[in-house]
Formats: sequence, structure tokens, C-alpha cells
Amino acid sequence: MIKLRDIPLSAKFGIIVIIMYVLTAIFAAQLAPYGEADIVATPFEAWSSQFWLGTDNLGRDMFTRLLFGARNTLGIAFVTTVIAFALGATGGLVAATFGGWTDQILSRFVDVLMSIPQLIFALLLLSIFGISIPSLILVIAVLDSTRVYRLTRAVAINVTVFDYVEASRLRGEGAIWIMTREILPNIVPTLIAEFGLRFCFVFLLISGLSFLGLGIQPPTADWGSMVRDSATLITYGDVTPLLPAAAIALLAVAINLVVDWFLHRASGLKDD
Amino acid sequence: MSERGKMSTEQCAGIATAGELLTIENLRIEAPASNSVRGGVPSILVDDVSLSVRRGRVMGLIGESGAGKSTIGLASMGYGRGGIKITGGSVVVNGRDIRKLSKAGLRKLRGKEICYVAQSAAAAFNPAKRLMDQVVEAALMHGVSSRADAEARAVILFKKLGLPDPEKIGRRFPHQVSGGQLQRVMTAMALCSEPDLIVFDEPTTALDVTTQIDVLAAIRDAMRETSVAAIYITHDLAVVAQVADEIMVLRGGKMVEQGTTRQIIHHPRQDYTKALVAVHDIQHPEKPAAASPILAIDRLTAGYGNGTIKVLEDVALVLEKAHTLAIVGESGSGKSTLARVITGLLPPMSGSLKFDGKALPARLAERSKNELRQLQMIYQMADVAMNPRQTVATIIGRPIEFYFGIKGDERDRRVAKLLDQIELGKEFANRYPSELSGGQKQRICIARALAAKPRIIICDEVTSALDPLVSNGILKLLLQLQKEEEIAYLFITHDLATVSSIADSVVVMHRGRVVRSGAKSQVLNPPFDPYTELLLSSVPQLNEGWLDGAIASRRMQPAGN
Amino acid sequence: MYQIGKIIGQRVALGALTLWIVSIVIFAGVQFLPGDIATEILGRSATPEAVAAIRKSLGLDVPAHIRYFQWLGSILQGNFGTALANGRDIAELIRPRFINTLLLALSAAVISVPLALLGGIVAALYRNTIVDRSINIVTLASISFPEFFVGYVLILFLSVQAGILPSMSDVDSSTALVDRLIAMALPSLTLAVVVLAHMMRMTRTSIINVLGNQYIETARLKGLPERRVLVGHALPNALAPIANVIVMNLAYLITGVVVVEVVFVYPGLGQLIVDSVQKRDIPVVQACSLIFAATYVVLNLIADILSIVTNPRLLHPK
Repeated sequence: MIKLRDIPLSAKFGIIVIIMYVLTAIFAAQLAPYGEADIVATPFEAWSSQFWLGTDNLGRDMFTRLLFGARNTLGIAFVTTVIAFALGATGGLVAATFGGWTDQILSRFVDVLMSIPQLIFALLLLSIFGISIPSLILVIAVLDSTRVYRLTRAVAINVTVFDYVEASRLRGEGAIWIMTREILPNIVPTLIAEFGLRFCFVFLLISGLSFLGLGIQPPTADWGSMVRDSATLITYGDVTPLLPAAAIALLAVAINLVVDWFLHRASGLKDD
Repeated sequence: MSERGKMSTEQCAGIATAGELLTIENLRIEAPASNSVRGGVPSILVDDVSLSVRRGRVMGLIGESGAGKSTIGLASMGYGRGGIKITGGSVVVNGRDIRKLSKAGLRKLRGKEICYVAQSAAAAFNPAKRLMDQVVEAALMHGVSSRADAEARAVILFKKLGLPDPEKIGRRFPHQVSGGQLQRVMTAMALCSEPDLIVFDEPTTALDVTTQIDVLAAIRDAMRETSVAAIYITHDLAVVAQVADEIMVLRGGKMVEQGTTRQIIHHPRQDYTKALVAVHDIQHPEKPAAASPILAIDRLTAGYGNGTIKVLEDVALVLEKAHTLAIVGESGSGKSTLARVITGLLPPMSGSLKFDGKALPARLAERSKNELRQLQMIYQMADVAMNPRQTVATIIGRPIEFYFGIKGDERDRRVAKLLDQIELGKEFANRYPSELSGGQKQRICIARALAAKPRIIICDEVTSALDPLVSNGILKLLLQLQKEEEIAYLFITHDLATVSSIADSVVVMHRGRVVRSGAKSQVLNPPFDPYTELLLSSVPQLNEGWLDGAIASRRMQPAGN
Repeated sequence: MYQIGKIIGQRVALGALTLWIVSIVIFAGVQFLPGDIATEILGRSATPEAVAAIRKSLGLDVPAHIRYFQWLGSILQGNFGTALANGRDIAELIRPRFINTLLLALSAAVISVPLALLGGIVAALYRNTIVDRSINIVTLASISFPEFFVGYVLILFLSVQAGILPSMSDVDSSTALVDRLIAMALPSLTLAVVVLAHMMRMTRTSIINVLGNQYIETARLKGLPERRVLVGHALPNALAPIANVIVMNLAYLITGVVVVEVVFVYPGLGQLIVDSVQKRDIPVVQACSLIFAATYVVLNLIADILSIVTNPRLLHPK
């Protein structure tokens, strides 16, 4: 349906980068020269043929941890986003379809959750529940589902005002049919694009938390905490700490490029 | 006037002929490839159109949507929406070819020599600025006059156009005046810089009929008094017949026919024009009352917000089996709310609703599947009445599946039969709504209603979004189906011509109340109540003197608004 | 005018209500703590005396709703209690840091707002040209960068290699203004870069939305020069959305500040909350959250009020 040559260069670049990241994440164990948490040398060793990107503050191979970082960071962010979508999109659809009190209650609840800045709320909840991967995933998924809820509700309401939804109500269709057959197919493109953006955001948030030492905990390899652990090197002009940060940035750029193209295509919107 | 020196002899010849203000020759306009619907191929919007407008004359452009009327109107100002461009021919205004003008040259022309009046004045005025500032802006910008003079002239124009409180209305903001008034202010804005030509782009289409007639008369009088030339664009032949000296009929971007107003409406040469003139030719003799009502409504009151806002008050009506009851009213009359009440979307505050002699539950959720099946609905905008992600087969097949539990081949056979009934054919089954024309879409909606084997279909303005010829076809189809399937129609409309084509009995609504009801012959003939008379006299008729006559008769009788 | 006053009054009341609910959420969150808060904080091996001491200092011997009103009452008097970790008065702890954080956010705003408006307007005016496409790609990239990436890149180039600016932003109340500004330069620049791209893209979108309106076509068909179309017709209508964009991004700055403060070891509120989360010093975390949330709510309220007072329909009722 979509011809390869119709995809703009920026989006092609984004797609290729994303595929490479996914492959790295899947085959991290096969690609990595050492074990994820193995201490293989003295701390902060320089780049060499043995340790391509040198070693970190504990003497673990940087390249190995970069590869495993792809798996851990991406995997956790992906699971989190999926949960956030399951919660938020369902809630948004229900609110838009039923309206009235259901909508009021759900929306006011979400308003309350959103009246505290997300990162701050996450910090508060993590300080209460303690820092572990399950609590990280749940806290961020719940907080992020509020944005998914808002978007889903808004686009779904735009669909519910159409006469074809009223027509199916008049026919006597149940709520499930209306949600899954009448509304959902019309908002799927928006939701897919939003999934990309939310994934990007969640991934940046988790990396940020890990960088602060409040996210994924050692010895699990993670890009955010890798930056934190080797940050001192930067003052000696060594770019190694920038590599995991660049890995995060590159993936986020790639996703944004693809989503940008996708949104432009889906809306068919002309700026002029 | 330095441009004169650069003109070709051909153009000079053009101006020489009797005071020609605007001459368009072999005009061709295209949309760029990236903007076209087909994607990749530039689409031609206007092809080989030539016309000329002399000083003080009015040229009417008429055609369906997509005929290229507005595109031609804007092209005379050297303007193309969304990147569309003139790719052939010439547009000469006051002796200058606008295709050869610089951007600055075009700006000098716009707002000074040619002004534009848009269809929706509400959207065309800047919400953040006072009306007077917007009305005099072009005159000031082009140095036509001082602010004081321009404002004085604006007040005179406001008075001429019949605006209330002409001295002070300019101090208001656009949202503070009504739609009909805003349209008059827009006309004053166009006249204020004393242009040679005004392009009117469907200026009364968005208005109610009783408002339209006043605005139309005001525009026409103002044009006569200022002897400004105009291009008047509309899809309504009866409207353009009141204001234009000449008419050009357009279809699909090409000219069909051009002639004087008299010639076009009395002696059309082309088949298409003949069809346009004869559009309301359906003869529908009224069926005798049978006293076997399928739907009876009595003392119905409904509204919003716990009874604080009453939209319907004490409404009563009766729909006979296999008859058509037309519900006529302008916007705000409550006719669409009535449909919501009957379908159960809006439970009434009081009153009774009887279907085939039995009380119908007020709420949608309380009605049985069988009750729902027997009452179907067709909407005004077929575009949004069908899920764009479903095929025609799903759209029509779903009621068959849902109400009768029929699936698979049998369902497909029924769908094919329905498609035949609506004169489309089974090859349409796999299409998506976006692959259909406006008329085809409405036919699919009819088939969907029909699939439920209903006893009543509520038709909510089903033809008002369609072009006249297409809507004629839909009405004929509905009459045909009524004969075959014995369905009763509750036909909601604001268009009285449609009423006489299809109805057996009529209910006239005004501000939430029934003001008149009975058999068609009774309701549409005198003696009238004041509102019905106003409504009937406001419907444009296809003869040149209608507007004068209608205004004269209304002035004798100051009822209504 | 009366109507506008009433609407603004409603919004302010709503803002106050939101703040109140936020305070309940922040307070009640602690009640969901799995197990007993004191043992949770001190670990399983804590002595019973230590546990009892913590319970008392948290007031856990009193019912929750009474504790809430006591907590709220003392906060309203400016008393946030004492930190678990070192027993210091939380209000004392927070005050200088809050000022530092506000200064940082303010200087980032001073850098980014004019640039964002300029860039957004330029992109909107030359939309779909090479200028716009480049701005699009650059801003798209920079909204994808994590704050710490931007921060360390700036450190690498401006501090380590060029040696112009310090990489650590160690300031205290005795630091002179000039030194303070130099110390704050890199963190404010980092924050500015992060927020700039967002603001620029949103400005572009809101201007393009306004330019798509029909009254802009009317203005063009009057033969007005493009400059006048923009200044006279588009700008008055674009003010509200643009003001909204700015305020929303200021609210975003509030959270962006946390990571940036850690990167540059800047003694602000962000550092404090991160440290306290690590130590699970819950009273401090609660106090910081409340201040961040209050700032956020107030900024959103300002955005709301701005869009009310620039709406002609409300300014000039029928």
C-alpha cells in the first residue's frame, strides 16, 4: 500500500534505526562479547581492541552493557507503554461512548492525577513504593495512561458526534459494538502515532529516572544509569558517557521522525 | 496607468468594446499535483471558460458544488485557494491582465477595484476587531478616502442595507450581531471602497429563507443604487434570477450555457439547463386520509436542562400508514429536536408517543429490538452517516444481521437485492463510502434504513445537502419505495418546494410549536396564518419579478420578523 | 466585565480546589505505603525504639484525617515539619533552594521565550519551505534529546574543551550576582535548549492555525500587504494561543529543572527531592512535591486566565 519511494528520507532513516535497535535488543546476549554484569577489567579502562568502548566505573565492558541496555531499557519502556495504553485507551473509549456520569468521574479523576507534574508525581510515588522494576513500570504506566486517556477520549468524542455512531445507537447496538466497530477503527491511526510518542516519552522518563539513580537499579544494565556512573569521565574530555545518552537520543529522534511522517500522512493535512 | 503601455493590441481591442470591466478568456485553472484528490496528477478545476462583465451589470454564475463557480470568482481577483493556479487564458480587469501583474499590483486591485463577499460572514470577519474598523479598512489602505469620510459612507451603506441602529452598529464585534445582519455588513464592507466589481460568493446560502429574502433584496437594492458591477455565485437558479442580468451555467469546471437571465430561465438551450429549470417537476397527488395512524404524538413537550429550556411545546401530529408527513420549519423551529424525541434519544418531559396504537417507550434503552427495527432514520449528511471504515456490504448488511440474524450468503443476496432497489447494483457492495458520490451515499443510507424492513423512516433534511438534480432523483426513489414497501415517511425539511413534491400532509413549526397542520392541499393554500404566509412567500420562485412582488406583499403585512 | 470577573473567579476557585485535592493526594499517598512506614523506612533490622521514635515524629499514633488537617494547618503557616534524615527544619531547607530553582527557570525562560517566538513565527511564515523543514528537523531532534544528554554535550564543548564556563554550578547565598550568573549559565542554557524546541513547534502550529481562518483570506482579498495581514489580523487572534504555549512550557520547565540540577550539581529544589527520594525522607519529598505542584497549578491557572481575558466573545458580551 505504501510505496517505499514515497517515504521521505527522514522517515526511512527513522525506520532503519528503529529496526536496528529492536534487533540489538533481541539478540543482545548473542552479540555481546561479555556477560551483562561481569567485571572483566579494572575500572575506567580506555578504548581498546579488547574493550571496544573501554570499561565502566566497576570494570564492566561498556560495549556489552550498551547492548544489554538496549534490551532492558527498551523492554521496560515497551511494557510500560503497553500497560499505559491498555488503561488509558480503554478508559478514554468508555468515557467517550457512555458520556454523562461515567465520563465526569473518569475525567475528574484524571484531572487530579494530571494536576501534579508527572516527574514529581513519579518521584513521590517511588519514594512511597520503593524503587523496583515492577513499581517503576506500574507507577509510570498509571501516570502516563492519563495522557493516553485524554487523547483517546478527545478523538473518540470527535467520532461519537458523527451520525453513523448515532445510527448504530438507534439500531440498538451494544456499547462493545459501538466502541470496537464504530469508533475504534476510526481512531486507530491517531492511537498508533500516539503510541510512538508515548513510548518515546516513557523511555525518556525512565532513562531520566535511572540517570537520577531512581530508575532501573544495578547490576541491570541501563543507559540512563550508565551515563550517571561514568559521568565523571566527561570532565577529562572523554566522550564515553555520552554514548549511552546518544543511544537514547538517537532512538527518540528516530521514533519522532517516523511519527511525524505518519501523522502528516494520516491527517492528509495541508498547512496552507 | 503605466500598465497601459505594455498592453498587447489584442487586449486593447478587448477594452474598446463597450465599457467592459472584466474579461475572462479561455480560463484554465489547475490544482497542483500534491493537493489533488487523485494524488500525483494535477487536476483541472476550470477549463476553457470565457465571460465578460460590463460596468454596472450583474453576471450570475450557477452550478452544482464542484462546478468551479467560486474558483472563477476568486480568479478574477487573481486569488487561488490552497495553491491552485491559473494555467491558461487571460483575466483582464480594467484593461490590465492580472496574470501579468506583480504581487503589489494585485494588492492594488483587490479591495479597491474588486471586492469579495463570502458565504459565511461569521467566519469571514475577524472576531477580535470591531466591525467598523474592518468595513473601512480597505478604503483607508488603498487611500480611497479619509477615515471620517469612509465611516460616514459606511453608515450610509448600513442604512441602505437596512441594518438596525446604523450609527452605532459599527462599534460592535462580529459575534454581537446576527448572521443575516453580518452578511449585510459584509456587503457594506465590499461597497465601502467604491469598487467597480463585487464578487458575491453564495451570500445568502447559509441563511434561513425568511432572512434570505431580506438580505437578497438589500443586496440587490444596494447594487442598483451604487451601480456597481457584480459576479453573483449561487447554486440556486431562483435566487440568481432575481439579481442577475446575465447567467452562466457551469458544470464540472466547464461552461454549459450563457445568456440573459430571461433566456436562461424561459428558453434554456442545453439539456442540463433545461433540467435545472424544471427541477421541481415531481407531481405527487396527495393520498386521502385513511385514519389508520402508524405514529401519533400528542401534547408533547421536550427540552434540555431539567425543563429550563423548552425546545418543543405542546406538539401534536399524526402520521398515517404509508403516507408522508412533512415537518416544515426554519432553524430553531424544533423540528430536529422532534426527531430526537421520536427516536428516543431525548426523552420528552411530557406528552404521549404512540406507535401503531401502542405507547412507545420514551427512552431508547427501553425500546425492544422490534420497535427499533420498525423506526429507521436517514440523515442530512450522508457523508457522516456512514462509517468511513466499513464497506457498503457491511453498512447495509449489519441491520439484516442484527435484526433478522441472517448471515453469510443469504445476507449477501439481500444486500444485492437492496442495491438493485436503490438503482445502484451489486458491484457497489465492496466499495467504501469515500468512493461514492453524494447522491450514491444518500442512496446507500436509504438502503440501510430499508434493510430493517421498517414501517416508518424519519428523513431529516435528506436532500438539502445535495445538488438539485441529484436530490430530485432521491425524492423520486423515496416515492417509488413508498409504493413498493408501504413505508410511512416523517419528512423533516426547510424546503417548501420539496414538501409539495413528496408530502401527503404537512405540519408547520415555528419556535417549538405547531402553527399549522393538515392535508397538503389545505396547509399550502389560503387562508394562511401569518407565519406560514411569510414562510411561503419567502421561497424564491423562478421568475424575474418574484423578489419585488414578495417584498411588496410582505411590507403590507408586517408579521413575522 | 462582570461576566469576565465571574469566570476568572470561578477559575481561581477551581485552582484552589485543585491545590487542595493535590494536598490530599500527596498526603494520602503515604497511607498506601505497603506495611508499616517506620519499618519500611528503617529496614527490617531496626530497633523497636527507633521505630517508635519515627512513628511518633510522623504522628502515626493519631488517626489519618486528623493528621491531615494538622499537616495542612501547619503548612499553611509555613511550617513543613522536620526532615527525617537530619532533623532539620524543612522550610529552612527549602527556602534558599526554591529561590535558586526559580532563578534557574527564570533565566532559562528569558533565553528561550524570545527565541522560540521568533523561530516559531519564522517557521510559520515560511512554512513548507527549506527554512521551515530545517527548523522542523532540528526541533524534532532536540525534543528527543534527554536533558542530561544536552547537559553533558554542553559541558564537553563549552566547559571541558573551550573552558569558557564552569561545569559545576556551586552557588550559595553568599555568591555575588555576576558569579552566580556565570555559574548558572550552562544549566540555564541546557534547560533553554530543551524547552525551546517544544515552544517553537507549538508557536508555529498555533500561528498556522490562525492563518488558516477565513478572515485571513478576507484580509488578503482586501489587498492588504502581508505584513499588515499578520500584524493587524493574525496576531490579535494568535496572542492567546501563544501565551498559552509559553505558560505551558514554563510549567514544563519546572520538571525539566530536576534532571538539569543533578547534572550540574546545582543546589535547587530538584536536587533536594532526588536526594530525599533516595533516602526515602518522605516529609521532605511531600513538601517539595507540594511546592512543585502548586507552581504548576498556578501557571496553568495563569494560562487559563490569559485565554479568558483575550477572548473577544467574553470581553464584549452580547
